[in-house]
Amino acid sequence: MGDPALSRRGFLAASAAAGLSMTALSACGGDSDGGSSGTTTIEWWNISTTQPTKDVWAGLAKQFEAQNPDVKIKIVQLENDAYKSKMTALTASGKLPDIFHTWGGGVLKQQIDAGLVEDLTDRTKEWADGLLPVAREPYLFDDKAYGIPFDIGMIGFWYNKALFKQAGISTPPTTWSGFLDAVRKLKSAGITPLALAGKEKWPGMYYWAYLAMRTAGIDALQKASDDKDFTGEGLVQAGQHLQDLVDLQPFQKGFLGAAYSSPTGQAATVGNGKAAMELMGQWAPVVEADMGKGLGTNLGFFPFPEVEGGQGALTEVFGGGGGHALRAGAPQAAVDFLKFFASAATDTELVKKTGVLPVVPAAESALTDPNLKAVQTQLKAATGFQLYLDQAYAPAVGQEVNDSVAALIAGSKSPQQVTESITKVAKEEQ
Amino acid sequence: MTSTFLPDKRSGPDVGLPSPAADTGRGRARRRALHWLTAVGFQVPALVLFGALVLLPMLFALYASFFRWGGFGMPEDYVGGDNFTRLFEDPVFLGDLWRCLVLVLLSLALQLPFALALAVALNQRIRGRAVYRMLFFAPYILSEAITGVLFGMIFAPDDGLADHALGAIGLDGVGGQWFADPSTVMATLFLVMTWKYFGFHMMLYLAGLQSIPAELTEAALIDGAGPWQRFRHVTLPLLAPTLRISVFLSVIGSIQLFDLVWVTTAGGPDHHSETMAVTLFQHGFKRYQVGYASAISVAMFAISLVFALAYQRFVLRRDLEGATTTLRGGGS
Repeated sequence: MGDPALSRRGFLAASAAAGLSMTALSACGGDSDGGSSGTTTIEWWNISTTQPTKDVWAGLAKQFEAQNPDVKIKIVQLENDAYKSKMTALTASGKLPDIFHTWGGGVLKQQIDAGLVEDLTDRTKEWADGLLPVAREPYLFDDKAYGIPFDIGMIGFWYNKALFKQAGISTPPTTWSGFLDAVRKLKSAGITPLALAGKEKWPGMYYWAYLAMRTAGIDALQKASDDKDFTGEGLVQAGQHLQDLVDLQPFQKGFLGAAYSSPTGQAATVGNGKAAMELMGQWAPVVEADMGKGLGTNLGFFPFPEVEGGQGALTEVFGGGGGHALRAGAPQAAVDFLKFFASAATDTELVKKTGVLPVVPAAESALTDPNLKAVQTQLKAATGFQLYLDQAYAPAVGQEVNDSVAALIAGSKSPQQVTESITKVAKEEQ
Repeated sequence: MTSTFLPDKRSGPDVGLPSPAADTGRGRARRRALHWLTAVGFQVPALVLFGALVLLPMLFALYASFFRWGGFGMPEDYVGGDNFTRLFEDPVFLGDLWRCLVLVLLSLALQLPFALALAVALNQRIRGRAVYRMLFFAPYILSEAITGVLFGMIFAPDDGLADHALGAIGLDGVGGQWFADPSTVMATLFLVMTWKYFGFHMMLYLAGLQSIPAELTEAALIDGAGPWQRFRHVTLPLLAPTLRISVFLSVIGSIQLFDLVWVTTAGGPDHHSETMAVTLFQHGFKRYQVGYASAISVAMFAISLVFALAYQRFVLRRDLEGATTTLRGGGS
């Protein structure tokens, strides 16, 4: 009587074991097998799962294979979040794919510290030095390059020229007090100055991060994270400047419950002309037109204003992009592919077809959209760079920044308390 | 019946065919052991699945709750009860407990009586009652996520259907910011919860009402009982078992509330609608503080368990009497 049950249990155990070993096997997927006939197979892990990028990238891989008959490229595409968790698991296991997507910053630093990432400084020097400097920033550690960018962007104010005119504002503000004046003018003209997605928290964080850069200086945010101490005078002042803005009640009605990209969210509010500005990345015009009507030629861009008496400059940017890194000991073919991917011809195609900003100066002519051109001008003139905090910081710290700044905007935390909460979480994370 | 049909046959050929006289002592013990083995044999697959998919993860969550752990590799950084100390100092979690209590009390005080009133009304002979029953039950069938998206649009400040409808009947400005205001978000959330779940409780009550024999109500009627007296002294006592189950489900549902909140407000503004499950998700999957998130899950489990056991022990005792699912062996 017991036998069938036993064998069923045996079957279950066997299938469980099979399942586990399959997971284990797939976790080893980063291996590159040098083929027997002298062909090298390179695995290329990326997150371009949406069209048209997916096809463009596959086409580029084919093109590279045609130019290098002894190299095969195996593309592994994962959706953003799946990719992040898979890479965390691979980092723990100690083996990364030959070529992999990276945002640079803290995560890449962890992988470098674990000895898993190839130092590309010398192997790419001859051609990588010509790339847009600000785009290379996220992948530089101690002046060594660990990644090659293919995209770069930044946060800034997107504004409605018609509404500015209506409120009597002739030129976009360049100082924080000028900005607050503009907000007051818009308000007295009956126009909602700013749209904000309070439900999602990260758009609010942009204000605090930029104010911290402008007040405490370009290195303050990274230094605070390294020292696990965010309570410095400059960061508290940043919160106070944000408080000054919040006190003017500049946001749309119900902003605390608003999403970013929904038919009633932040992007739609600006896109439909119901608010004059939003602080957002280079993707803002697309989302505004997608979720709302879009502003067309009425849309303008200006960099985050300077804070009077602060350490930062108008030309320092807060942003990020995308790049590729190689696993330690990756074959030469992988380096060749990075070179191919950062060539003027490839970048021109990427700019034209997938809407990224150029990282190769020669590809700039492919950029036609006036808004993206304005962003590009800022990026080219950049004198300093701070990576998006959720990529620069550990996840818990990044989330706490979002959360505390949201509380400041909602009026339940003081600038001082914001810095204390973030410090507490940073210390817990060790 | 002859001895050839006795269950002995199942013992296998080696036992042979014992006479009824031999059916004592060792033979009986052996047969009992075989019965037991059979029972266990049939349960093994289910137990293995239950163990691997329910019990083990639960025990692992308990284990992980004593570590500072990012969720990858094995937990190594043992911190003792730190996660739990932190839990009961965390204003967000303490707020979660308070909000949970508020939702439970509101449900018991408003949502369930409303469902009961509707059930009683729809138990009368009225035209089209099947249509009404279906209509009221429909929200329950809709997924939580869809409900959330829908009401997110309806309660959008100014542009939403709710504000337009209030404006159309001359109540401009009565509608506020709904989900967007810390002081109204819980009320709005409760409104949506009620819309979503009252139909389910109404159906339970309807089923309970229909099992009440009409003779009892008729007898009360003949004895001169008015409508309220009939409801109070006949319907309500006989509906009590259903009510007790419905309260139980409602409370457990409030403790574990997640989907609706996540989609409509994600716990905001500023944590004012956050529930335990939302806090758990935030820490586990946004901050990768899986050890701390496990501590939250253990706390949630403990609260649910204590409530469930206490409720069964003190409230459901009579309803469970003689039920096959009680643990009290034969029952009496």
